[in-house]
Amino acid sequence: MITAEWVYWLAGAFFVAAGGQIARDPRHSKRWTNAAFWVLLGLSFFYGSFVRGSGGAAPPLRPELPAWPLGLAAIATALLAGFGFTSRGIVPTTTPAQRERSARRKRNWLFVPALTIPIVTVTFAVGLSRVTIAGHALLARGQETLVGLGVAAIVATLVGTIVLRPREPLVALREGRRLLESVGWAVLLPQMLSVLGGLFTQAGVGTQVGLIAQHVVPQDSRVFAVIVYAAGMAAFTIVMGNAFAAFPIMTAAVGWPVLVQRFGAHPAPMFAIGMLAGYCGTLCTPMAANFNLVPPALLEMKDKYGQIKVQIPTAVALFAVNVGFMLVLPFV
Amino acid sequence: MLSLLGVLVVVAGFALRLNPLVVVTVAGTVSALLAGMSPKQILDAFGTGFASSRSISLAFIVLPVVGLAERYGLQQRAQALIEEAARLTAGRLLLLYLFVRQAAAALGLTSIGGVAQMVRPVIYPMAEGAVMRAHGPDLPDEVTDAVKAHAAAADTVGAFFGEDVFVAIGAVLLITAYVDANYHLKLDALQIAIWALPTAIAAFVIHGFRLLRLDRTLAAMVARSRDAGGDAS
Repeated sequence: MITAEWVYWLAGAFFVAAGGQIARDPRHSKRWTNAAFWVLLGLSFFYGSFVRGSGGAAPPLRPELPAWPLGLAAIATALLAGFGFTSRGIVPTTTPAQRERSARRKRNWLFVPALTIPIVTVTFAVGLSRVTIAGHALLARGQETLVGLGVAAIVATLVGTIVLRPREPLVALREGRRLLESVGWAVLLPQMLSVLGGLFTQAGVGTQVGLIAQHVVPQDSRVFAVIVYAAGMAAFTIVMGNAFAAFPIMTAAVGWPVLVQRFGAHPAPMFAIGMLAGYCGTLCTPMAANFNLVPPALLEMKDKYGQIKVQIPTAVALFAVNVGFMLVLPFV
Repeated sequence: MLSLLGVLVVVAGFALRLNPLVVVTVAGTVSALLAGMSPKQILDAFGTGFASSRSISLAFIVLPVVGLAERYGLQQRAQALIEEAARLTAGRLLLLYLFVRQAAAALGLTSIGGVAQMVRPVIYPMAEGAVMRAHGPDLPDEVTDAVKAHAAAADTVGAFFGEDVFVAIGAVLLITAYVDANYHLKLDALQIAIWALPTAIAAFVIHGFRLLRLDRTLAAMVARSRDAGGDAS
């Protein structure tokens, strides 16, 4: 059975390879600390396969290893990058003029490797999810898309190498390192935020927010209760970076006891749109780094918060519309 | 109330523009100490959290092939294509992308699109090509940044408010699982997905309307920056 662990190892190998390239690059301004950052990050992806998951879930692979060395590595990489010991190297690539010439020669063949990625991923997610070989599922349940993405990355790189015929076969890895270095430390941020979300929950942040919401919500105003539920979803999502963390807490505090039980709202529309009110918060927060901070890094934007600034007007308008829906649809 | 101290660290850290990695590490440690965890338990929590969140970082494994195609001129080819489609302005192109991204996500195909594999190599260069066709090749930095920001935002808005219409997505399953377990209801996942539809349509209308006005906004930005440049020279 092919599982997501294989793909985590592929990602780990890519990070280690990037670190290895940096270690052999004498012109890199912060050569050794940068190499250490990527190699340590890459090795952590391998080590993670042997560690117990959140909620005490069994480790994906045996033997089980203790989690604390991985925690130490995560903090070490975070602080290495956080205190400015990493920077972007200069990776040789083609000039804009060379690219113009090459684009005129290769024409639409250039799109073939890029389009291979979604085609292969979707084939796995949809087409191969139920395939069994000798009674065993080919792909682990619930991991079809992740496995598909891993296979797509490999297939697309092979297709790209065949179609574009680079002189050295490993040039894709160097170009990959170029893009990876342009994202830089932001690569690690989404995972660290996920860790933080877990620690917030353990520290009882959710319970506290729920208590505050309960105090704020008046017992006799349906309109106000709806607004508190929606605003609580959005605000808590902005803090946690994730509407999934906000939903159980706001629903336990306001959604179920006040809106459904006291005011007789229909649960399906109330909770569905309540979740989407939380999504409006996701559009506004740097805590949702993989959606809002990694893209500006990937696109090499000058303003790292530029995407959030563009999204805020849509989020505000859509939030107002959601509140309107929540006032009407669950009560008809 | 003490448990909210970690949140305060985050808010203060982002407000002071400290490096987010440091802010997050410190806030996590503070929260863990407030939860009464020992140093070893804190390290364990960081390790477990890192291990179980590895899937978020998988998007980066497409970077080698994207970089390879860029090396041979993928962005330039995308710009050349847009020059042949004269009526496709940046705003209209991003509107089209928003629609495709949202519709695909609503069918459960969230892997179509994405900033690493679609926006950076194809969509953003096309949008920028359309702006360059309208205003000439020397675009001010703020215009380039705005095009990038809008390309990324179209991707995110489309994915967010499309995927919830699909039955088997995490958000829908989380709602039904949580409500069924705690309140002894039998919520149908399809019902949740259907009630996400009005918001999905509203999101497309609101963001689409803003994208249609984008061309004018960009033209004004170009004009303003050229005026300022003219004054200076």
